[in-house]
Formats: sequence, C-alpha cells, structure tokens
Amino acid sequence: MTDAIRAEGLVKVFKGRRALDGVDLTARAGAVLGVLGPNGSGKTTTVRILATLLRPDGGRAFVDGFDVAEQPHEVRRRIGLTGQYAAVDAELTGTQNLVLIARLLGFDRARARSRAAELLERFGLSDAGGRAAKTYSGGMRRRLDLAASLVGRPSLLYLDEPTTGLDPHSRNELWDVVRDLVGDGVTVLLTTQYLEEADQLADDIMVLDHGRVISRGTPEELKNRAGDQVLELRTVDPSQLPLAVKIVETVTSAPVGDDGLRLGVPVGDAAVLPEVVRRLDEQGVAVGELSLRRPSLDEVFLALTGRTAEASPSDEETNEETRA
Amino acid sequence: MSAVTTRSSAASPENVPPVPDRVGLSVTVRNGLQLTWRSIVKLRTNPEEVLGLMLQPIMFVTLFVFVFGQAMMGDWQTYRDFLMPGIIAQSVIFATMGTGFTLSQDVEKGIFDRFRSLPIARSAPLIGAVLGDLVRYAITVVMVLLVGLAIGFRPDGGAVGVVVAGALILVFAFALCWMSAFVGMLARTPMAVQSFAMILLFPLTFGSSAFVAPDDMPGWLAPIAANNPVTHVVDAMRGLMLGGDVTGPVTWTLVWAFAITAVFFPLAVWAYRRRT
Repeated sequence: MTDAIRAEGLVKVFKGRRALDGVDLTARAGAVLGVLGPNGSGKTTTVRILATLLRPDGGRAFVDGFDVAEQPHEVRRRIGLTGQYAAVDAELTGTQNLVLIARLLGFDRARARSRAAELLERFGLSDAGGRAAKTYSGGMRRRLDLAASLVGRPSLLYLDEPTTGLDPHSRNELWDVVRDLVGDGVTVLLTTQYLEEADQLADDIMVLDHGRVISRGTPEELKNRAGDQVLELRTVDPSQLPLAVKIVETVTSAPVGDDGLRLGVPVGDAAVLPEVVRRLDEQGVAVGELSLRRPSLDEVFLALTGRTAEASPSDEETNEETRA
Repeated sequence: MSAVTTRSSAASPENVPPVPDRVGLSVTVRNGLQLTWRSIVKLRTNPEEVLGLMLQPIMFVTLFVFVFGQAMMGDWQTYRDFLMPGIIAQSVIFATMGTGFTLSQDVEKGIFDRFRSLPIARSAPLIGAVLGDLVRYAITVVMVLLVGLAIGFRPDGGAVGVVVAGALILVFAFALCWMSAFVGMLARTPMAVQSFAMILLFPLTFGSSAFVAPDDMPGWLAPIAANNPVTHVVDAMRGLMLGGDVTGPVTWTLVWAFAITAVFFPLAVWAYRRRT
C-alpha cells in the first residue's frame, strides 16, 4: 500500500527557533490524518512544507512519491490547500473566484463555468455565486475557499485549521463536507487545535508540540492514553479537597490535578464514577459538583507530556516565514 | 489500494483537463493573462475604485488650475496648458503605488499561497498584477485628459502628440511599478507600502517640472529638479502635447525607464521569490 504523504525528519528553523524539529509523518491514501497541536506547535509550517510553499531546512517529504522540494510541480498537480484564513479574492464574486482557478488549471471557458457552478451547488453557494466574496459570512467564505481548492479535483487535500473561528453550525457543515470528500477517496491532512475535531474526522492522529511529534495513533489509542473523559469534582468544603484527591487517585490510579477548588482527572471508563461517589460518601466528603466531560486539548497535553499546552509566542512567524 | 487508484477515483478525467508536465513560456503567458483578467475584473466589481479613479483627476486638475493658476502664471488658462502634461504624469506615477499595495495585500491575505499551491507559472501572479495595473494607469491618463479637455485644454500636438505622450508616461509607469512591486514585497503590511511610497513619490513628482518650472525654484533645488527623471517625462510630454523640444527629453525618459527597470525588475522578482 502506497502512502499519500511520507515525511522524514522535517526541520524548519525561523530566526534560530526550531519551528519543526525532526517531524516524521505518514498519511495513508484515502484516510484522514489529523495533526493536533496548540498554536505555534508547527502545524502550519508542516502543511506549508508539504504544500511546496516552504522548503524544509532538513529532512525530506514525498507526496504520492514526489519530493516536495525537488518536484514541486508534480506535487502541486495533486494537492488542494485550504489555509487558516480564507484565501479567496474578496473583491471577486464566488463564481469569478472559481472560474479564475479553473482557467489557471487549463479549463476552457465553458468547462470552467460549469465546474464553478457545480462546486457552488455542492457547497450551497449557488445563490451567492454572483456576489463579491467580501459579502459572505465566515462559514460561506470557508466553503468557497474549500471549493477553490477542489477545482482541479486534487487527490490530496490539506485543511489547515479549517474550522477555527467558525460557529458550531458552520463547523458541522464543514465536517460533513470533509466526510463526503473522504467518501470520494480523497486523502485529507487536517490540522486542528480541537481534539473533538480530530476525533470526529481523523483516522490517524499525530500530536505536535514545539515542532516535535509527541504522540501518534488512532483517536481510540490517543483517548486511551489521555483519558476518554475528564471527571471534575468540587467539594462543598474546600478543606476536604485534598482528601477527595486522594480518594479519586486510588480509584482511577491516574494523576489528579487540582486548583484548590476543584479536581480533575482523565478517566478511561465512566464505570469508575459510582465507585468514586461511594468512597467519597464513605469518607464523609460532601460533593458540591460532579461532572464528566470530554478532555480539552490542554488536558490531553497534560496527560501526554505532564505539562499544559502553551501557545508559542512566535506563532506569528509562520505567516512571515521566507523561502530560503 | 494505492494512491494512484485513489486519485483516479477522485478525479473524473473527462471533467478535468490534464495539467501540463512542466510550465513553459506559453503557460506562463496564459497564466499571466488570466491573472491580468483578475485585476481588471476587480475594477468592474469595485465601483468605489473606479469612482476614485474618476474623481481624483477632477479634483486635482480643478484645484491646481483654479487655485494656483492665476498666482503662478497670471491667468489660469496659461497654467492649465502648462499643468496638464505634468498632472497626467503625477496622477499615473501616484497610481503606481497601487501595484505594491495590492501585491502586499495578496500576500497578507494568503491569496498568493493559493496561487502558489497550484500547478501554474510561479511568476504569473506578478505578471498579472503589473499588466492589470497598466490598464489602470491607462484609465488614469484618459480620465485626467478628459477633465483637461472639459476645461478647455486644446493641445497643439493633436491626437498623435497626446497618444504618444500617453504611451510615454505608461512606459515610465511600467518601470516605476517594478519599484512599487519591490517595495510591496519587502514591506510587512500594505499600509507600510503606502506610507513608504508616499514619502518617495511626493518629492519625486513635486520636485520636478510637473507643477513649477525648475528655473523658478531656489538655487539648490533647481539642478536637482532639472535632473529628476520625472522632469524628463513631463518635458517630453509637454513637447509632444504642446510643441517644443522632444528628442532630448524622450531619450532621457527612455534611458531612465530602462535603468529603473534594469534595477528594480530583478529586485522585485527576487523579493517576490523570497516572500512567496
């Protein structure tokens, strides 16, 4: 089986800071690879290298067997890129944006028009096709951007934080579109800051932190490592919290964090809940609040690295980087 | 399942034209023209910008002719005739600022990333921006000229003189817009491009023969103004439109245009490749 993307030891240095510090990556053809990480972890830099926009300072990457640094044209023939911000021309209409790209890709006038109409239809933008993209809502712009990256029917699609800043409704719509594309056989590389997004869409996940891969596996494996859910508990009397921490630690045998008011712990199995309640009751701890929720990215990081995720302050540089 | 079968299932070949194996000259030209279309279409969908292109010449010509005319040359009609070639040049030169501004905007908004991730000629976005702007400059020339004609400007050089003068300023603007593109690719934000270009273009145009003859300037400024490339363009345009010496200033203009292009075209391409 051929891998759609294979990268080994990618290194990228910006002004002395190692934005990527030896990243290995494999995307299976026809699957969704989720790259999860906080701001500044190297997600965008990775995508830009794989999309031929940036040359790596070390390591190699292949898309469908073609070297991104040596055969960029071959790579560009196969990929579609949707960036963090919607890279459509706001002054042009939705139709004009898509027709322009189709024409650039060598479609004749008639076929460019029909391809544009087809994509607008597919993304629910038919009515807006004649309006300038600057009048679109955030969700509509992202969909147009995604449509623009699909004009040439790429076999490999890069989605760089496609839902950052979108409302839940638009986000769900975009997820459906991605699932459709995967159904068509497109390989997707998705970067995201949201664990839930990776969980929803990805077949494989790799977690990036400070330019290094700190974990990889299926969403199931990752959740097993990081805890499927987080148990949160507040005692009525804060002085009882240390006792509660001890009890919960015994039951879950996982590291319990607390902030002086409440404790939190990843739990692999919700069945521990009755046990926790029973023991607390036995010890006379009055529980003020008890909840189970999905872990945040921070908690995944805590579980994987023993520290919280911190956005690197120099994340801006990913947009300022220059080509050597 | 291999990547190849994935690709063919995702792509229905009858709907997608084959992408050429390599980008040759014909593809570069085609892509460049397609992106020229983009910047021209933007003019159509952007009535504000067209309005700006139209109103600015009206404002500048009327203000200069009627506010300064009498004080400068005794009556506004004489100054109008002196001013028209100068103000056409000034308008177009200021319009070259737009090239760097739009390029910088395209980079900032990630539009260039989109283009660069496509299998198209790498220089096409730059070519498209510059060619599209030449159309914009031509519109500027026509607009200023129309305002002049409306207030009684009747150049002795006739249609031929006017057209050649217009072509000359476009050649000069073509050279300058590489400088603008260079600044645009170096500056971090479009606003920075604008302020830097203003600092550059104001002295360049006002310190020339466009509005006042260099002979009437203070002793230290006169020689600088007389050797300002903009002075050569404006003098050449005056010669062509109103009569007078043509050969000298036209030659100087072409030499300057060539020199500016020779310096800033490679620099612009270098900065473009570096940034994109």
